[in-house]
Amino acid sequence: MKSAVEIAKDVQSGATTASAELAKAYDAIRARNEELNVFLHLDVEGAEKIAADVDARVARGENVGPLAGVPIAIKDNLCQIGIPTTCSSKILDGWKPPYNATVIDRLVAAGAVPVGKTNLDEFAMGSSTENSAFGPTRNPLDPSRVPGGSSGGSAAAVAADMTPLSLGSDTGGSIRQPAALCGLVGMKPTYGLVSRYGLIAFASSLDQIGPFSKTVLDSAVLLETIAGYDPMDSTSLNEPAPSLSAHVNDGVAGKRIGLVKELYEGADESVVASVMAACEALKAAGATIVELSIPELQLGLSAYYLIAPAEASSNLARFDGVRFGLRVDADDVTAMMEATRTAGFGAEVKRRIMLGTYALSAGYFDAYYGQALKVRTLLINAFKKAYEQADLLIGATTPSVAFKFGEKTDNPMTMYLNDVFTIPTNLAGDPALSVPFGTGEENLPIGIQLLGPGRSEAQLFAAARALESADGR
Amino acid sequence: MSSPLSREDVAHVARLARLTLTEDELALFTDQLGGILEHANDMSSLDLSDLAPTAHPFGLINVFRDDVVKPSLDRDGVLNEAPDAREGRFAVPRILGEAP
Repeated sequence: MKSAVEIAKDVQSGATTASAELAKAYDAIRARNEELNVFLHLDVEGAEKIAADVDARVARGENVGPLAGVPIAIKDNLCQIGIPTTCSSKILDGWKPPYNATVIDRLVAAGAVPVGKTNLDEFAMGSSTENSAFGPTRNPLDPSRVPGGSSGGSAAAVAADMTPLSLGSDTGGSIRQPAALCGLVGMKPTYGLVSRYGLIAFASSLDQIGPFSKTVLDSAVLLETIAGYDPMDSTSLNEPAPSLSAHVNDGVAGKRIGLVKELYEGADESVVASVMAACEALKAAGATIVELSIPELQLGLSAYYLIAPAEASSNLARFDGVRFGLRVDADDVTAMMEATRTAGFGAEVKRRIMLGTYALSAGYFDAYYGQALKVRTLLINAFKKAYEQADLLIGATTPSVAFKFGEKTDNPMTMYLNDVFTIPTNLAGDPALSVPFGTGEENLPIGIQLLGPGRSEAQLFAAARALESADGR
Repeated sequence: MSSPLSREDVAHVARLARLTLTEDELALFTDQLGGILEHANDMSSLDLSDLAPTAHPFGLINVFRDDVVKPSLDRDGVLNEAPDAREGRFAVPRILGEAP
C-alpha cells in the first residue's frame, strides 16, 4: 500500500484522484470490517463530497495541501458535524455533534478525507478495546488477539491497510500501546501541541490527540497538519507550530540516548532483546547510549490511576440524560439521571467514575488525589534530571506483544499494568512515540518507545526514522 | 489483608456518582477498588510535604481572551440532539417534589 505522502503527491500531480483513493479505502474496509470490527460508522456520502472537492481543486490547478486526497480514519471520541459520535458508549446513543473538532477542520483544509469513525474502549478507558459497548476490535495481524487500546480501531484501520492514516487519543498510552501491538508508528505529542477542542474529554490534563501511520514520515506530516494554537482550547500552546517533516532525516549523530531500566525491566524477553537491538542500531547511527535509572517512574501507575479517574468522574458528570443521547425515563429528574447513567455506562467506566469520586471525596482527597498530584511533580522533576544526562530516552512501549482476548479482563489491575511504560510521559506532559522494531512470539511486532522533553517531536521523529532505516524500511 | 474501603463506602460513592449498583456489583467493586487503592499504597507512604502539586504539566494558569461577541452554536441544532426539548430549552422530568 502507498504511504500517505505518496498518495498526496499522486493526487496533486493528477496520477490518481482523491475519489479513486477513497473508493480503494472503502473496498478494503468492506472486505474486512465485519471480521475485525474496526469502524462503527462510515460517512460515505460526506467523504465522497470532500474527495470530489479535492479533485475539483486539483483540476483548477490549486495546491491542495500536504494530505491531498489521503483517506483517514477518526477515533470515535472526536466530534464531526452530523456524524454519530459514540465514544463506544451506549450513553451517547443517537447523538450527532453540532460542531467539528479542530483537528477535523485542519485535516480537511490540508486535503485529507475522513472516511469514518473507529472503535475504542468506552470513553477511551482500556488497553484492548474489550471495553467497547459495540464489541471488541480484532488485531488484523492475528484476529485471535487484541489490537490494544484504547485507540484499537484506529490502529487496526491502518494495520489492515484500510487507510494509510488515522487519529487516536492518548491519555496513558492509548496511541502508543495499540501502535506497538499492531506494528505501527504512533505518537503522543507534547501536551497542548494539538487542540483538544471537540475531543470528548476523559482526563483533561493528560489527553492528547495524535497520529497513527505505517511510516515515520507520514506520522510527522500528519502531526504537523493538526498541531498548532487554537483559541478554542485554552490549554493549547500559544506558539508557532513546529516544523517536523523537514527534520525526519536529521539522524541521531552526536545524540545522547538514555536507556531507562524502569522502561523495560519486567517485559518479556523478546521485548527486552528488541530494546537492546534498537540501542545498538542507534549507536551504529552515531548516537551514544547512556544507561539510566529513574526509580520515580514506578510511582506513575499509582498516580495515574487516581488522577485520570478523578478527572474522568468530573468530566463524565455531564452525561446525565439532559443534553446528549440516551435518557431512561423516571418520575423525577434525579431518578432519571441515575437510571440513565446506570444503563448507559459500561463496567470499566463505572469502576473509574467510582474510583475518581472516592479519591475526590471528603476525607480522602489529600491522601489520594492530593498525594497523586505531588507524585506528578516528583515525576516531572525526575524527567528533568534525566534530560540533563540524555537528549532522548528509550525503552519498551509495552511489556509484551499483542495478547489474546479475555487474557487480562478478570482483574482490572492486570490490564492497567499493561500501561506501566507509557503512563509516565502523560503525567509529565512530554511527547513520546512508539516505532516498530523487531518481533516476538508468533512473529508479532514489538514497539520501541522513544521519549523526549516537551517540544522535542522533531528529534523523536529523527530517532524513530533512524530505527526504521536500520530495519531496512 | 483488609480492604481499604468497605461495602458501605462503595455504596456511598455510588450515590454521589448517581449510579445504581446491584448487590453483586457492590461486592465486586468493593474488592476491585480495594485492590487498586492497595496498589496506590506505594505512594501514600512517601513524605512529599515539600513538593507542590501539579495540575497542569507546564504550569499554565489564567488564560484570558478579549470579551468579543461571536456567533455560538445554532440553538435548534443543539436541542435537536437532546433527549427532550421544549420551547427552545432542554426539558427534564419534574425537579421539585417532596423533600428528600
